[in-house]
Amino acid sequence: MQNEIISGAEIMIRALREEGVKTIFGYPGGSIMPVFDVLYDYTRGENKAFDHILVRHEQAATHAAEGFARVSGEVGVCIVTSGPGATNTLTGVADAMLDSTPMVVIAGQVSIAALGTDAFQEVDLVGLAQPISKWSYQIRRPEDIAWAVSRAFYIARSGRPGPVVLDFPKNAQVDMAEWKPAHVDFVRSYVPYPTPDEHAIAEAAALINAAERPLALVGQGVELGNAHNELLEFIEKAGIPAARTLLGLSALPTGHPLNVGMLGMHGNYAPNVKEQECDVLIAIGMRFSDRVTGLTSTYARQAKVIHLDIDRSEIDKCVKTDVAVIGDCKVTLPAITRLLKKNDHHAWRESFDRLYDMEYEKVISKAIHPADGPLLMGEVVNAVAEATGGDAVLVTDVGQNQMFASRYFRYNRKRSIVTSGGLGTMGFGLPAAVGAAFGAPERTVCVFTGDGGFQMSIQELGTIMENRVPVKMILMNNNYLGNVRQWQDMFFEGKRSFTKMLNPVYEKVADAYGIAYSLVTDRAALDGEVARMLATPGPYLLECAIKEEDNVLPMTPPGKSVDEMLLEIK
Amino acid sequence: MEGKKLYTLLVYSENIAGILNQITAVFTRRQVNIESLNVSASSIEGLHKYTITAWSDQDQIEKITKQIEKKIDVVKAKYYTDDELFIRETGLYKLSTDTVLGNPDVSRTIRKHGANIAEVNPTYVIVMLNGMTEDIMSLFHALNDFGCVLQYTRSGRIAVTRSTQEEVSTYLEERELRRGAGNNAGA
Repeated sequence: MQNEIISGAEIMIRALREEGVKTIFGYPGGSIMPVFDVLYDYTRGENKAFDHILVRHEQAATHAAEGFARVSGEVGVCIVTSGPGATNTLTGVADAMLDSTPMVVIAGQVSIAALGTDAFQEVDLVGLAQPISKWSYQIRRPEDIAWAVSRAFYIARSGRPGPVVLDFPKNAQVDMAEWKPAHVDFVRSYVPYPTPDEHAIAEAAALINAAERPLALVGQGVELGNAHNELLEFIEKAGIPAARTLLGLSALPTGHPLNVGMLGMHGNYAPNVKEQECDVLIAIGMRFSDRVTGLTSTYARQAKVIHLDIDRSEIDKCVKTDVAVIGDCKVTLPAITRLLKKNDHHAWRESFDRLYDMEYEKVISKAIHPADGPLLMGEVVNAVAEATGGDAVLVTDVGQNQMFASRYFRYNRKRSIVTSGGLGTMGFGLPAAVGAAFGAPERTVCVFTGDGGFQMSIQELGTIMENRVPVKMILMNNNYLGNVRQWQDMFFEGKRSFTKMLNPVYEKVADAYGIAYSLVTDRAALDGEVARMLATPGPYLLECAIKEEDNVLPMTPPGKSVDEMLLEIK
Repeated sequence: MEGKKLYTLLVYSENIAGILNQITAVFTRRQVNIESLNVSASSIEGLHKYTITAWSDQDQIEKITKQIEKKIDVVKAKYYTDDELFIRETGLYKLSTDTVLGNPDVSRTIRKHGANIAEVNPTYVIVMLNGMTEDIMSLFHALNDFGCVLQYTRSGRIAVTRSTQEEVSTYLEERELRRGAGNNAGA
């Protein structure tokens, strides 16, 4: 249609449709009302283009968008109002930035004539969001909307993904302009996919070919680059044991023979110790978080470090690299693989097994098959993992629940873990699970949360109720902020400063929202209740009465080297 | 910190509101002070040039530079040491006319430093000096000893590279070659 003149609000909605958006998480308010007014008409009838999920808090909208993006690989979208609506999204924006999650937040703003006057619900959103977003932009005229939205989605999803914030003043929503779709696929100042350097690829391959004890560290970059097969070909050709970061857990199936476990402070013992023994360390789409490296001054000093990353600024940021291969790992991995000699590294790989056996005996068997005593988080996760057979999506909150869940869940399929790794946002789990359920409607979504994090987003039970979101919520209640309590016991002489928590009666909470509920206190009832939860259509809250003072193990104490990881606390 | 020296960062960005904020935020995050800052349009249409100096060690300035260049609307960021650049700063000195006329050593000092007298009236004389930081500071100290300085200010550093390659123009030409057919970018 030529010269169709429509409102900025409608241009926004059509621009979102052009980007292939089908699901929006939002919350209306004063200065975004024109957009919601148009959105209503596009969520029903013959114009239906979107499902809009009304959350109960704007922060939850961002976490839901993150959960949606993480499982689907598409950009998560939120629409909120100005002022408090906008500031409430900032935790989610920072979370998405640290975890490279593609998201577009559209926030209302006062009209540009009122900017800078401390108008009602005015806040400098672009100024606030800039340091914690991939891109932030104020759309001041309706003529700019189509371009800005297309640019926002291009930036959010390309290269290393991240959150984009669009600040949308009211005048640009109500003013009229011609509808002309835009398709941005080039920004001259932005190079999302750097061209790999052939010399670096050859150097990396030569180092790996000469290695006797190579170790691969697999991060979320493999998931984001959809390079799962390329990773398998790479490690299988050269027989390289591979450890995964928290965010990279489902980049490689749990049962793969080259998988040697999870990295990190509470990861598996073998890869942590072996980081200090390997001669070549190959980091693939991971950023050497301090939770992975422990004390950096002693970290993998004996090894040549090869770092594959799409983001140039990650090279040498935390760990000095010997060979940097900058580019999309979907391209760089096969380029290196072509130059690799077939290899097996049999003895080196077997040396991981002995350490695994030690961890199994001292930690894992006690965590997942305790003989007596109160219920433990590890056995609850294990029961759900066995019942879902590695096909479910794992969503976690933050803290002990997150570490037990990520350690003992199983991953057969890609894009199966949704967790707040970088920012460690308590309250992430419940709304992220809502988003994951919309992003992967054919899959079972299990969210593990503690009593602390559950209460930080407990209002989202309303969203779950209203939409009958089929999330399986496993509330591991130990009446404590367990992770902080563990640190207090270990490093603060057991002074439990404000970590004991009085809980509500969750059965009544679930009942108030009309959500199916059961409580497990007894080990013998666990498998049965898990089966009942999974067999019940719709949402389900399974509360587990967990031992109050259990600790996550193993653990690399803060400020220690990764090979000083503890298997037990004396 | 070991090996700290004064680095000059040259940054080229699109002319979009808020870029300066994004650049300075990278310094703020690490609590690194910016010693001087100059912003102006560059010779390339639509691009702004930022000349920033800061005391740092090489490891840190390298990380800062990469994190600035990562910003979407930043085209190029690169750090330099003084030997790689042609550098100038400007000093302005507002002096009391009475003192300048009353003490011939003041004029001698101004000439000796190669400074120009830009404006004279019965109340004040404005002296201007282009040079390196040390030259400008040295004239200030000398004039200040005469007790005649009413106001003094020193500009941020401006600099051009001594390299024979024009990296930013070349880079942009390469980028334009990659621009996909039928794309709509720009507004």
